[in-house]
Amino acid sequence: MRVPMSWLAEAATIHPNDTPADVMAELVKVGLEEEGIHGFDLTGPLVVGEVLEFTPEPQSNGKTIRWCQVRVAQAGAKAADGGDDVRGIVCGASNFEVGDKVVVSLPGAVLPGNFVIAARSTYGHISDGMMASGRELGLNEDHGGILVLQRMGLDPKVGTDALELLGLNEQAAEVNVTPDRGYCFSIRGIAREYSHATGTLFRDPTGHAHPEHVDGFKVTIDDQAQIRDNVGCDRFTVRVVRNVDPTRPTPPWMVSRLKLAGMRSVSLIVDITNYVMLELGQPLHAYDLDKLDGGITVRRAKAGETVKTLDGQERKLSTEDLLITDDSQILGIAGVMGGESTEVSDSTKNVLIEAAHFDPISIARSARRHKLPSEASKRFERGVDTAVGPYAIARVVQLLEVHALGSGDSLGADINHVVPAKAIELPAGFAEALVGVAYTHEEIVSTLEAIGCVVASVQDGFEVIPPTWRPDLRHKTDLVEEVARITGYDRIPVRLPVAPPGRGLTSRQKQRRNILSALAFGSAVEVLNYPFLGTEANRWFAPESNHAVRLANPIQDDAPELRLSILPGLIDAARRNLSRGLTDLAIFEEGSVFIPSGKVVQTADLPLGFERPTEKQLKAVLDTIPDQPKHIAAIFVGDRVQQQVGTKSVAYDYSDAIQAARIIARAVGAEITLRQASPKGFHPGRTAELAIHSGGRIVVIGHAGELDPALTVENDLPRRVAALEINLEKLYSVAPEVIQAAPIYTFPAATQDLSLIVSEETVAGEVENVISSSAGELLENVRLIDDYRGSNIGEGKKSLTFALRFRAPDRTLTQVEASEARDAAVAAVNAKFGAELRA
Amino acid sequence: MSDTSAITADSVGAIVSAALVEITAVQDLASLKAIRNTVIGEQSEISKLNGELRNIANEQKASAGALIGKARGELNAAYAARESELFAIEETKKLAAEAVDVTEAPTSSRFGARHPLSLLQEQISDIFIGMGWEIAEGPELESEWFNFDALNFDADHPARAMQDTFFVDPVDSHLLLRTHTSPVQVRSLLERDLPVYVLCPGRVFRTDELDATHTPVFHQVEGLAVDKGLTMADLRGTLEHFARQMFGPEAKIRLRPSFFPFTEPSAELDVWHPGAKGGARWVEWGGCGMVNPNVLRAAGIDPEQYQGFAFGMGIERTLMFRNGVLDMHDMVEADIRFSEQFGVVL
Repeated sequence: MRVPMSWLAEAATIHPNDTPADVMAELVKVGLEEEGIHGFDLTGPLVVGEVLEFTPEPQSNGKTIRWCQVRVAQAGAKAADGGDDVRGIVCGASNFEVGDKVVVSLPGAVLPGNFVIAARSTYGHISDGMMASGRELGLNEDHGGILVLQRMGLDPKVGTDALELLGLNEQAAEVNVTPDRGYCFSIRGIAREYSHATGTLFRDPTGHAHPEHVDGFKVTIDDQAQIRDNVGCDRFTVRVVRNVDPTRPTPPWMVSRLKLAGMRSVSLIVDITNYVMLELGQPLHAYDLDKLDGGITVRRAKAGETVKTLDGQERKLSTEDLLITDDSQILGIAGVMGGESTEVSDSTKNVLIEAAHFDPISIARSARRHKLPSEASKRFERGVDTAVGPYAIARVVQLLEVHALGSGDSLGADINHVVPAKAIELPAGFAEALVGVAYTHEEIVSTLEAIGCVVASVQDGFEVIPPTWRPDLRHKTDLVEEVARITGYDRIPVRLPVAPPGRGLTSRQKQRRNILSALAFGSAVEVLNYPFLGTEANRWFAPESNHAVRLANPIQDDAPELRLSILPGLIDAARRNLSRGLTDLAIFEEGSVFIPSGKVVQTADLPLGFERPTEKQLKAVLDTIPDQPKHIAAIFVGDRVQQQVGTKSVAYDYSDAIQAARIIARAVGAEITLRQASPKGFHPGRTAELAIHSGGRIVVIGHAGELDPALTVENDLPRRVAALEINLEKLYSVAPEVIQAAPIYTFPAATQDLSLIVSEETVAGEVENVISSSAGELLENVRLIDDYRGSNIGEGKKSLTFALRFRAPDRTLTQVEASEARDAAVAAVNAKFGAELRA
Repeated sequence: MSDTSAITADSVGAIVSAALVEITAVQDLASLKAIRNTVIGEQSEISKLNGELRNIANEQKASAGALIGKARGELNAAYAARESELFAIEETKKLAAEAVDVTEAPTSSRFGARHPLSLLQEQISDIFIGMGWEIAEGPELESEWFNFDALNFDADHPARAMQDTFFVDPVDSHLLLRTHTSPVQVRSLLERDLPVYVLCPGRVFRTDELDATHTPVFHQVEGLAVDKGLTMADLRGTLEHFARQMFGPEAKIRLRPSFFPFTEPSAELDVWHPGAKGGARWVEWGGCGMVNPNVLRAAGIDPEQYQGFAFGMGIERTLMFRNGVLDMHDMVEADIRFSEQFGVVL
């Protein structure tokens, strides 16, 4: 809400020296946050001038300019800029006559857009100032010619300060109005809050004009399709004003205030209804009475009905739309926008002014349905004072009488079905129990009365009837907030509550931290990417047929899906880093991936708020929520070790991805076993499936290796990029809760190397597994130390060398015992793989 | 038998002198080792003289033996002394030869880093863990019911449009990307026994375009306490403690009236940031309030028995003013230089 200062000052007690910033500093205390300051962005000298004479001078460019003599100060007096009383001014407009009063910007003035006025040479003259149009002053959009003050109903003395005259020196404070405070979309509401903030006097602007008794105009409210059991309209007030002159100018102070409040000046009648809406918060509509056919009926739209709204659009109506109609036509969508057929125009003579109170939900739905958020719908949605309508009409009539020369008629109607607000019970100690401040009885009563409540003291507390403009006050907690807010949050004391003894981080939370820290200490950098992907990138690592969750309103149309994998985002991040010259990268990300559930919960099955859902309802809702397992992924590009003194560069390859996977598993106490694999998106010969053996189960948790070079090259990455992706939920599920210690034996170890010749296709890991399981209990450790190939081994063969370490728990091993154990392993690998001992 | 013994003080002295000259003359350990045999070993003159002992008269044996023993001791000591002297010289040379320019030390692996947004969430979590709170988490893709209905957002209330929500297609699936971490509060109240003291950090989503101060994907941390007898004073105390842990003992907080559907009374939260760039000042930090009774009812909790407070703030915003990050782009673009500045600490 933008609040012109002079307007606010009519209803609130503002010190003349107070700036908009001062006013906002007060308003923020009661919950109206400051948004900004608005003004006309110009400085004088701007004065009233009178055109004494002019000479039209045709120019070679086809234009005709006027060379004018303009009086800008009383004869013999100095002008506001210290110069002569009559100035020669070149003007391109031709909408004025000799004797017209105009606005002259004298040299030194600065108009909006930092347009500095100076005496300058143009069209063969020295133009010593400028005659301004409404648009040049930022007052309106009119650039058809200069402002002629007489046509605005003004005839000021020459030399008068035009800034003051036109309200161009005004400023407005803008505050943010929270959705519960509809009444603050008015000068009336802001002034009231200002008085709460400062403890100064509030003058209710409803006092400008008093409603008169009206009668005789036929109004029918006929709601056959209430929304959520609320009637669409519970108050409808109209009054006829006759013999208006709609062509008369809107007074400049009103234009200025409307402009500062963020509204455009349109025409006198519309401006007046907007002005009163801003002042009192009551949306208003003016109909051309002579275009109406009979009385007014408020009803819901029928299926298939359409209406042409004021913006010229033909709109299909829903049976939920509330309409204002007469005996033969639709006049408008209630609270949203009027229709074209009864719009006021320059030929309008008699008008019907409407002030209604509509159901907020009905208006909110219609405004959303027709995508027509308007100043009116904004107020109706947030709740309008049910009692202010007749005052608003009285104010409109008053202004029409003064400025449009009309006369209020007694023909009208006031249908009032408003159900008065019920009293809210506020127990005596409740405010203190919620806020922690020991409010006195007197404080509670006076505060609630100050905001307009009627407060009755009863046994054990209060009965409070909220004012008509506060439909948001429905519960006792709402009243407590008012007491706390008006008396000030600064009074709330400080107390630190004691939580029951906690469990600390869960093991899962600790595991997650371990993993992320381990990777960071292992030289990778954590990044966080958006989870939005295009359909193609989302299938780089998932089958084409996989469904993904799709957004109805993505930020970017080419990334409408939620990720099925973390890796595409990392590829994009790697590309961005590379483009910035960061060519050696190890980056990782932990986060959710989204697996559609395909289930939908029917709206009817959704539990209501305000009560605990049944277990069945809860399950129905929870079942629709897609599975969102946490994944971790990493990619490695360029060099792991960069070239430096005494060291050659070492490029990242599949083994770095596998090592990172091992680190991740170790971080939760698990150990990975590898198996050759070729998942989608990865290099078919350089990728491992990662599995964990746990309690007899083998759980596959992900893959590590190198990416498919076709994919990396397509994404401007080098051919060789190592990567991994792990489903952390699976890893967590097999991580040991408690690790049981084995004894550490200290008798000397016996070591033996074992070289085995096997076929090239034999998988080293499988050989190692067989050695482990067949060498007996004395085997403490086995490690592959070489894979040798050469002509001396034989075509299609390789020699695998394992280092074996044996140890007995209770004695020093003899070489014979170690050899026996080794021979058992040799026999087993011979049987399984045809492995021969290398000579 | 010779009547004049070859073993005299003079002969022994001559042998010793000659050997000592030899020992002193060698200039390296290898040469010293090479003469070992001839100066103190089996082949040495003194050993040979020792061999003469058996040929001399018994009565002279004792004194001759003593002479030789003393000479041997002298020579052995001289040899050992020369040996350690030469060893020290050679070791010094070796060390000099091994010297490097330590400023050329290679890095065997680069340093990794955590993302500061992750670190900040962990740091905040630890503050509350220290107060006995627990860390609660929930899904980012949520049901509308948890994100709005259960939090007292009426389906038609304009508050529902306050937050620009990503909805899942089709819209009647009632799924959305959570606009705040508050649905985790609802889940906590539904799942846990009272009293509840939980902190909910996590990712949230709103349909803002990325610019210097906005991002459609960001992080929040929200706190919720529901217990008997909690008041706004407890809220204030908790926030003040939190602020001091985050911004130092000079920090304090200020509450301003506001509106949120899920709290009543509601407040905006400012923090006095003593370390702010350009001097200590108030900074807008988040929102808070007393849990709206309707939210408690949605979780089956009797608001006449229990009261609670809740608060929330943006992690990005906190990082911006705490650590002087100027542009949101730096936090979302995954440029490794951004995280590397922090390493693993904030």
